[in-house]
Amino acid sequence: MIDRRDLVRQLLIDRGDLLVVPGLGSATYDVAAAGDHPLNFYLWGAMGGTAMIGLGLALARPDRRVAVLTGDGDMLMGLGSLATIGVKQPNNLVIVVLDNAHYGETGMQPSATMAGIDLVAMALACRFKSAHAISRIEEAANVRASLHSGEGPILISARIKEDDVPRVLPLRDGHAIKQRFIEALNSA
Amino acid sequence: MHTPVNIETSWPDAIYAQFRRVGIRQVGYVPDAGHSRLIALCRSDPDIADVVLTTEEEGVGLVAGAALGGQRAALLMQSSGVGNCVNMFSLLRNCGFGCVVLVTMRGEFGEFNPWQVPMGTITEDVLRLCGFLTYRADDPDAVGEIVGAGCDMAFNGNLQVAILLSQRLIGPKVWTR
Repeated sequence: MIDRRDLVRQLLIDRGDLLVVPGLGSATYDVAAAGDHPLNFYLWGAMGGTAMIGLGLALARPDRRVAVLTGDGDMLMGLGSLATIGVKQPNNLVIVVLDNAHYGETGMQPSATMAGIDLVAMALACRFKSAHAISRIEEAANVRASLHSGEGPILISARIKEDDVPRVLPLRDGHAIKQRFIEALNSA
Repeated sequence: MHTPVNIETSWPDAIYAQFRRVGIRQVGYVPDAGHSRLIALCRSDPDIADVVLTTEEEGVGLVAGAALGGQRAALLMQSSGVGNCVNMFSLLRNCGFGCVVLVTMRGEFGEFNPWQVPMGTITEDVLRLCGFLTYRADDPDAVGEIVGAGCDMAFNGNLQVAILLSQRLIGPKVWTR
């Protein structure tokens, strides 16, 4: 099992011009903990919508790489978006599911992945170019390489520990998060 | 099997012309018979990414992502789909994403299927509660002007605009057995 903070930090080392969309809750805190960056579009809501934000961004900017980092609860709520993404086949989009098999924000109730519901198999069934699960931190380097150069769409399910980690709270004003992101993207 | 609504007027073409004028580059939709011609026009346009959604709220995320990447997007849905979007619409208001939603109305004028009525009769109120400006189009000759004005307000002011294409405009759904 992987430490979530360690994984996200390693994924975002030397991130360059990578565009990052973290899902609400722990994924947003993990990405903030790895270091604030104007090309993070932090979500504090819109549960189920993270992957679709990634798709809209990936279609708009085919010259850039887009990483969606989100939890199993958010991905499960947006399962249909796997099909939608599979239809469009964005080669610059990678989804990393930080899967602790629980709803961490609400008291660690088990999620569907706890019962063996398989997000990797779903992504493959939705014609993702590749999808696999990781359970060791040593695999982080390969995942990081996929973020920057893998042929998308890709889904990686990272089996992370259930530990509760301290919250690291980034910007919360949606207008400010959006504006900062757009300005950074336009100036890069 | 039912046949698609026969669209004898050119109002979908007028909407498409406005999409071209304001530079819509992504169109998300759950198909509706009333949108069939507009969907076909968008699908045949190499400058527009057409994204068929499994459920309408996916389109809200699409609009946000497109805007982050510098592109304008529009959503096409039936009135029933508005109900599917309610929580996700928060994203547009929280961040000030300009958005145009074209809603084909069911459950109002001459509706055959009573199951469409509950959502159809609250669609405009729901949109307003969610922060949308709403405009109704009943006259085919006015559709282009209304959609054009709506697009300008949405994208010049980062506002959320919905245009309700009335069932009287679209014509009743034709059912055959």
